[in-house]
Amino acid sequence: MTTDTAVGPSGREVRQTHRVVIRFAGDSGDGMQLTGDRFTSEAAAFGNDLATLPNFPAEIRAPAGTLPGVSSFQLHFADYDILTPGDRPDVLVAMNPAALKANIKDLPHGGILIVNTDEFTKRNLAKVGYDANPLEDDSLAPYTVHQVAMATLTRGALEPTGMSKKDAERAKNMFALGLLSWMYHRGTEGTEQFLREKFAKKPDLAEANILAFRAGWNYGETTESFAVTYEVAPARLAEGTYRQITGNLALAYGVVAAGQQAKLPVFLGTYPITPASDVLHELSKHKGMGVTTFQAEDEIAGIGAALGAAFGGALGVTSTSGPGVALKSETIGLAVALELPLLILDVQRGGPSTGLPTKTEQADLLQAMYGRNGEAPVPIIAPQSPGDCFDAALDAVRMALTYRTPVFLLSDGAIANGSEPWRIPDVDDLPDLSVTFATEPNAPDGSGEFWPYLRDDDTLARPWAIPGTPGLEHRIGGLEKADGRGTISYDPDNHDRMVRLRQAKIAGIEVPDVTVDDPTGDAEVLVIGWGSSYGPIGAACRRVRAAGLSVAQAHLRHLNPLPGNLGDVLRSYRRVVVPEMNLGQLAMLLRATFLVDAHSYTKVAGLPFQAEELAGVLTDAVKGDLPA
Amino acid sequence: MTSPGSSLAQDLPTPGIGGLDLVPTTDEPQKAKDYTSDQEVRWCPGCGDYAVLASVRGFLPELGLKRENIVFVSGIGCSSRFPYYLDTYGMHSIHGRAPTIATGLAVTRPDLSVWVVTGDGDALSIGGNHLIHALRRNMNITILLFNNRIYGLTKGQYSPTSEVGKVTKSTPMGSIDAPFNPVSLALGAEATFVGRALDSDRKGLTEVLRQAAAHRGASLVEIFQDCPIFNDGSFDVLRKGDDVAERLITLVDGEPITFGNDGEWGVVRSASGGLEVARVADVGADAVVVHHAGEEDPTQSFALSRLSDQDLTHTVTGIFRKVDRPTYDDGARAQVAAATEEAEARGDTLEKLLRGKDTWAVMPEPLNEQ
Repeated sequence: MTTDTAVGPSGREVRQTHRVVIRFAGDSGDGMQLTGDRFTSEAAAFGNDLATLPNFPAEIRAPAGTLPGVSSFQLHFADYDILTPGDRPDVLVAMNPAALKANIKDLPHGGILIVNTDEFTKRNLAKVGYDANPLEDDSLAPYTVHQVAMATLTRGALEPTGMSKKDAERAKNMFALGLLSWMYHRGTEGTEQFLREKFAKKPDLAEANILAFRAGWNYGETTESFAVTYEVAPARLAEGTYRQITGNLALAYGVVAAGQQAKLPVFLGTYPITPASDVLHELSKHKGMGVTTFQAEDEIAGIGAALGAAFGGALGVTSTSGPGVALKSETIGLAVALELPLLILDVQRGGPSTGLPTKTEQADLLQAMYGRNGEAPVPIIAPQSPGDCFDAALDAVRMALTYRTPVFLLSDGAIANGSEPWRIPDVDDLPDLSVTFATEPNAPDGSGEFWPYLRDDDTLARPWAIPGTPGLEHRIGGLEKADGRGTISYDPDNHDRMVRLRQAKIAGIEVPDVTVDDPTGDAEVLVIGWGSSYGPIGAACRRVRAAGLSVAQAHLRHLNPLPGNLGDVLRSYRRVVVPEMNLGQLAMLLRATFLVDAHSYTKVAGLPFQAEELAGVLTDAVKGDLPA
Repeated sequence: MTSPGSSLAQDLPTPGIGGLDLVPTTDEPQKAKDYTSDQEVRWCPGCGDYAVLASVRGFLPELGLKRENIVFVSGIGCSSRFPYYLDTYGMHSIHGRAPTIATGLAVTRPDLSVWVVTGDGDALSIGGNHLIHALRRNMNITILLFNNRIYGLTKGQYSPTSEVGKVTKSTPMGSIDAPFNPVSLALGAEATFVGRALDSDRKGLTEVLRQAAAHRGASLVEIFQDCPIFNDGSFDVLRKGDDVAERLITLVDGEPITFGNDGEWGVVRSASGGLEVARVADVGADAVVVHHAGEEDPTQSFALSRLSDQDLTHTVTGIFRKVDRPTYDDGARAQVAAATEEAEARGDTLEKLLRGKDTWAVMPEPLNEQ
């Protein structure tokens, strides 16, 4: 990765490098997420491409210094467009023995390890099962180790403030941030400004954190222990104005934008659940943009209220994760029967049951696809990166409004909390989502009646007639309706027709063809995935191609209905590999739908795929050794 | 940044606005027939639902609302077929969830009169959670709880209001769980309006409906209703026989609570701090408690709801409680309105939102780059 070396002004070596992966690891209370976020913002402002992977426990504060309490934040930044948060860190910052123990196995030999020595007490070592202090034996010999007494140094720097030792030590994460900022030639002003704003109401704390941050920066500058610093030039991304964005933020913005583009009030009915709660938090801030948020008594009430709002002519949205989807299923079925627009945001997490609330998985595909009683088809859209959540939300709303149907958007923990640079779209380029409510009776028999289930010839969508419209009073419900007229019907033929009509409506939704990336044009192996695995699969393809092999990549944004050309695409490759963070749910759909011999490669570790691992799988596939 | 909540707390819509004040009215005279849909009513012969439907159809014209601005939402059960038979907007939703649907409607559409029709199983069993939270939030909706103390549509299992020992298909040896008292439950759930009426008492029911509709906030109306198939005659002691007058206590706001022939009986305070029934002649007229539906403290209303257990010895009907409290839906709209005003003053746009604070520009690559 290192390309060039020079000598910097302080007489130290400055290495130019294309990309770096840094992992900050510490106790849940150490502020590692904030530290990582802050470094990310600096990298973004500098113009690097980046991708992040926050990884934290479900417990808010597990017992201090224990392995279950370790929280980490991995950041990959580069001078070119990157696809993943990186498989392994180049630099590991370990704030205590637990963080070291939990993360050291991921640091490649030769990697840089920066350790906060103050926490390496007998007691803390014993807590995580270290018999001997790894800083004192040769177990860390394969790494470039920097031992820094961060707490002590922070305390010293904050002495003039008169803060208690304990309070002062809490700023040690800013010391670490300062040191890393120095190592990677990042400015200090952005972070200092950030700290002043964050602690605007507590200027003492702002100053303390700034002092700690500067102390870390100066420590790098003045001590001899760091002989090398690194520069990562800005990345050459497509022209435009960029910002950093997480998937949940992009989802929330997508919902706000959809409401504006549809000229409809947005109503979010929801219940707090990890990792989707940030969507509620964010949307709650945007009441001024026509968004009403309702924190309901449970998941069912959340979606029920959203559906009620949709009946009244609002853009109804509900946000949740897998366990919440399970509770909402009956109401989703009702929405299918009512044929009203509804957006269901499922930020997937590890399952089954409570599973791994803070870890990622993409195992809700079949739940979204089939998790209802009766034949109840629902369109499914999956964003492939944090920023893509914005476009996916708009796309999902377009479908919901055009086809009067609930729509699933399947995000997951990795892209919900992960961040990347996002090219800010021009608002003028956003799609027009405006809708037309029914205002006139429509009965084909000229009776002057309103038939709520008379369908549009093209879309098969029924009219959206909202209360308050004179002459269109009608009753809808979960009982089977007579085709057209919409009254209760138990007629066998009618039911058969209605089941097929609902299916045909969803099957007929316009989705773009899937595109295949096959640079050499001679690939015999196609790798196809969906959702957040886009990054690791893409990075794996780059590696395979760099090794001189050919592999084609396709990625599905639309899971239901599937793109019209998908069958032909799948059949045109000798081998099809489907990596998924589940036990082969898409692979099953593809095999069942297209009778193709799709090979599943699966992992459900609560973490995204690693590019290296997938590259191995693809290489084997290209060379003829298919995954089991 | 100032917290929007701090100023809003004082700006919340204050009570004084009626339940239907934001719903458009019409000068066109209306009749019960106008509220009758073309659907054939399919309840069992003798079902109490017929009487309630007739009362509601007869009462709605009195409101003078535009018919298209009325919505009836129901759950699942016999009574939940109600919306099909009214020519208004309506939704027959899923079991227990009608209050949630009504909540979304009430919050987003202040111009609608939103009604929930539910039963003892729908509201108190599968939908118990939604009922108490709708009451707690004081959503501006009117809930008609048809209580026949049995599951009818599933053919005769005991319900959460069935008396202990009820022998049904699912409890051949008698039910063993204690029932809910819907009025007590509603009062415990911070309901601002609680009333009760008997299906066959058209006058009493209409009066409760009238006040429930006029009330801004969640109104719960329990309607004792007969299921002639699976729980026949369950409320007959309140309809016929010599002692009806001694069983039925009809509340009149501001009046002493007396009942029986010539007001022979009165409700008085008991030694335990609750209420009990006594002969007025024995205790004196001054000892009879006066009913105040508008009393903030729900203690007396609660005690009234406990005067008799499921045995209907002393059954209180009328309006137990009617107090003013800000509604959730008014509050939610006030926050959106205040935030919108602030956003407009600041010149907020979608473009500004998407840009956020920290951005950077990537310039086009130079054409002759080496």
